[in-house]
Amino acid sequence: MPERYYGIRHHGPGSARAVVQELERHPPEVLLVEGPPEADELVRWVGDRGLEPPVALLGYAADDPRRAAFWPFAVFSPEWQAIRWAVDHGVPVRFFDLPFAYRVSAGANRRPPTGPAAQPDPGTQLDPAAQPDPAENEPGAALEVPGPGGDEPDSRPEPLRPVDPIGELAAAAGYDDPERWWEDVVEHRGMPAFEAIAEAMTAIRDTSPEDPEDLVREAYMRTVLREVRRTHDDIAVVCGAWHVPALTRKVAVKDDTALLKGRRKGKVAFTWVPWTYGRLASWSGYGAGVRSPGWYHHLFSTGDDVVPRWLVDAARVLRAEGVPTSSAHVIEATRLAEALAAMRGRPLAGLAEVTEAAEAVMCDGERLRVELIDRRLVVGERLGGVPDDMPAVPLARDLAAQQRTLRLKPEALERVLDLDLRREIDLGRSRLLHRLRTLDVSWGEPDSGRRGTGTFREQWRLRWQPEFAVRLVEGSMYGTTVAAAATAKVTDAARRATSLAEVTALVEVCLLADLADAYPPVLSALDARAALDADINHLMAAIPALARTLRYGDVRRTDVAGLSTLTASLLVRVCAGLPSAVGSLSDDAAKELRGHLDGVHAAVALLDDDDLRDRWLATLASVAVRADLHGLLAGRLTRLLLDAGRLDAAEVRRRLRLPLTTGTPPAHAAAWVEGFLSGGGLLLVHDDELLELLDDWLADIADDVFGDVLPLLRRTFGAFASGERRAIGERVAGDRGARRSADATTLDHVRAATVLPTLGALLGRDLHIREAR
Amino acid sequence: MTALRPHAEDQYADELALLAAADDRPRPPGWRLSPSAVVTYLLGDGAKITPKYVGPRRLVEVAVSTLVTDRALLLLGVPGTAKTWVSEHLAAAISGDSTLLVQGTAGTAEEAIRYGWNYARLLADGPTDAALVPSPVMRAMQTGGIVRVEELTRVPSDVQDALITVLSEKTLPVPELNTEVQAQRGFNLIATANDRDRGVNELSSALRRRFNTVVLPLPESADAEVEIVARRVAQLGKSLDLPEVPAALDEIRRVVTIFRELRSGLTEDGRTKLKSPTGTLSTAEAISVITSGMALAAHFGDGTLHSADVASGILGAVVKDPASDAVVWREYLETVVRERPEWRDFYRAARDA
Repeated sequence: MPERYYGIRHHGPGSARAVVQELERHPPEVLLVEGPPEADELVRWVGDRGLEPPVALLGYAADDPRRAAFWPFAVFSPEWQAIRWAVDHGVPVRFFDLPFAYRVSAGANRRPPTGPAAQPDPGTQLDPAAQPDPAENEPGAALEVPGPGGDEPDSRPEPLRPVDPIGELAAAAGYDDPERWWEDVVEHRGMPAFEAIAEAMTAIRDTSPEDPEDLVREAYMRTVLREVRRTHDDIAVVCGAWHVPALTRKVAVKDDTALLKGRRKGKVAFTWVPWTYGRLASWSGYGAGVRSPGWYHHLFSTGDDVVPRWLVDAARVLRAEGVPTSSAHVIEATRLAEALAAMRGRPLAGLAEVTEAAEAVMCDGERLRVELIDRRLVVGERLGGVPDDMPAVPLARDLAAQQRTLRLKPEALERVLDLDLRREIDLGRSRLLHRLRTLDVSWGEPDSGRRGTGTFREQWRLRWQPEFAVRLVEGSMYGTTVAAAATAKVTDAARRATSLAEVTALVEVCLLADLADAYPPVLSALDARAALDADINHLMAAIPALARTLRYGDVRRTDVAGLSTLTASLLVRVCAGLPSAVGSLSDDAAKELRGHLDGVHAAVALLDDDDLRDRWLATLASVAVRADLHGLLAGRLTRLLLDAGRLDAAEVRRRLRLPLTTGTPPAHAAAWVEGFLSGGGLLLVHDDELLELLDDWLADIADDVFGDVLPLLRRTFGAFASGERRAIGERVAGDRGARRSADATTLDHVRAATVLPTLGALLGRDLHIREAR
Repeated sequence: MTALRPHAEDQYADELALLAAADDRPRPPGWRLSPSAVVTYLLGDGAKITPKYVGPRRLVEVAVSTLVTDRALLLLGVPGTAKTWVSEHLAAAISGDSTLLVQGTAGTAEEAIRYGWNYARLLADGPTDAALVPSPVMRAMQTGGIVRVEELTRVPSDVQDALITVLSEKTLPVPELNTEVQAQRGFNLIATANDRDRGVNELSSALRRRFNTVVLPLPESADAEVEIVARRVAQLGKSLDLPEVPAALDEIRRVVTIFRELRSGLTEDGRTKLKSPTGTLSTAEAISVITSGMALAAHFGDGTLHSADVASGILGAVVKDPASDAVVWREYLETVVRERPEWRDFYRAARDA
């Protein structure tokens, strides 16, 4: 018996059904499937009830799990169906693609990563920290793993392979979308003529340039094929349609050996991991992958009445969300879908038609409902499962390795851990614990009890719980190392965050967990939220932390430029919005805003940018003169402007007097004085000018008004600490003018000179008194 | 033609004739053209047939298919997304008559949807056929044509519900004469409604169920929008006999860019997020900003369109709510416009405006 070649479209439900039918009709002795041969061992799991698609084969370099690739399988993948059939019928299965081991080692010294088009594994894709794996960015590799790039028709637009075979066939048939052509001609017929597809592919490959990576892989495939031929007669081969012509072609053994020669093998490990339809679809970001796994699942699992059943499901989704959807809706939607298909000349309504029909009839044209159907149905929320006794995921291994290096053993009993962040190992521990917390593995909880004794001290309560193992598996969706997964998780959270406060918290997480690579996306999310947040208080609240980070933060100098532009733009927004935000505030709101004003003012001083400072002060100056300002703010602004040297004493004196005139309600006046003087009395003790100003002002108050003003002053001064109050009193009582002049004249040069040797020793240089006279 | 604005079927009579002559696909009963020819009429074929609507093909296909399945069509969208324009052209292409029109207002009475009476006749002869004054809906049913209802959501709810029988039973009983009018094949109804009016007179779910909804979006790309604006400005200028002003494509592009950025809340380069003003900033408004800017330039300026001519128009279009929109506009000016060196002149003009 000859070999049979089933050229399929990866993740094509029509191909899957046809492959199984063909296998039933001509049962082979052995089945060869396109996939990494290292995973041959794992095929036996396919028969296990615990292994439930969608699942993925995860391969990674044993010494560096970050270099990993996934080969996802859904229930409608032809490869999955073929393997299942083989396992059920006791037919041996072999993967016969180029071993992953070759690609891992090859990647180390070959060309740098290509564009984003070819990033196949979610680990590297989601994780900017990890170096994108060069091996996996090889066009061929990316294309042929039956997941990310594996979908041949979709990946055509990428300039990976010289031409787009399915696209050319589709164009010849008058279709502008290759996906739809394949659906119409192959999937919907349910019975693809494998010979015809192979012929078409041969015709296309004859006239198109070859990808070198493809040639190597096909050489390996042929080598395996020759080997299998020696032991078996009846062989079935399931691989991407593109490869069929190359496998049937006659090629000399020595040519293939020459191609494969000199390739080094890396050490790799494989395991099954659970997968989701969402992940299958999310790879479509670069034009490859399956955009509608849920639809394919439906196509595969539904025999007849595909359209009505789908629309019934859609109606159920809507009903579950409380949208009344009757059977009449389903009937009309079905009619519309069929009318659309007829008008477009398609044999059967496809996903485009049912979606448009559902949108027009059932969703009342509302985008949100369409998206709901999209999420629940078109993509689907199916999560695969793996048996419990499956070998561990790389994330867990990475954690175990780090636990060893950091000498931090997981223990079920709670214990307290004191960290001194000045020590390298403790810093590492702290980072690890913070990173794990972002992955919901709260092995350590920060103990707030002893905080504040020093910024370099940290206290944790450690306790390992069994369910963390599950969380690690979940976390492995995000990346293969703790750092990578945490980065991806934080990035994701930043993208989903709805309020500015959430993102600001993430900025801190990035700092604590040292996720330098998560910084840019978090910052851009911060920027986006800041633009949309209409509440100026939120904007102002975000600024101080950013300014502190900019000034003191040790973020490994990650994109500090980005941070400073962001801070500057936040400040500009605040400046633009402040004038309209300060009017007509209640007492509470004014108090809140005053706190933010102080915070931003301090932050502006830290930023050390004269332009911004000018802009901020100009805004404050323009706001300060407004009549509808709350007293607290008016007072505070005047004070800030005085401290910044924007107002001279005479002007301040004038403004100080205003609140005490009869036209001002007492509450306003009280707030004004409170705002002006708040921030502790210590400044009054040391700032003579300010004290003088106040003193003059007090002395200036007319006798008959003084009685009214007194309560206001008590209220403000009462808030000062008693020591401060006494010091202020002493200062006022003492003869300030005399003391100042005395200070100037009675400097004892001889006594002053005695400190010079010590000072010189401290500064490390000789100090001399320059003779002035 | 001296009409300020001729009907679609008159203005594009030759295109319709051309399509009808070449149309070899089956036509639904009562239709002048086959469904795919109607789609071609609306979207143009790149040669003799000019595009009437620039937008996603699938929307037009869904709209036409809806009418084929004799469901009523509801065109939704924010103001200025060519809802009325599309409905007029659909009616013209399908039944050759776009004049059967009910303008929905808060004061639309049931007579406008069902029928009224000629009271002189009614008093003289009693209820007879001759005394009956048919509404556009009734006439469309009799002739098997398309009737249009503009701004359906502005019509009071009780009047809206008069449509339910018409749409589900396809018949309009006249109890006074003990007769009924049965819709002839080809009858259908296209309603338009404004997204922004949501909740004013929300359609009852019974009525809603009779409609398929198509939401007309704002133009997808800046280039498409610039094209729409430039084309409409040229057409309008001709029909209003404005003095010739070279329509500065750069100014149009700038206005479109500003409108798009504010509308989407994101700069074109995708780097900066923005707040959106309360107004819709539709393409139609962009057209009117340019037209009025051209009028300003022609009558009071030096004959070329400068940024100062459009600045005040933009300000008026953006700032609909003086409190919140002013902040949005100021923030936009300071954070985006100011940073673009080639927009210097516009920044100055907008600050002064």
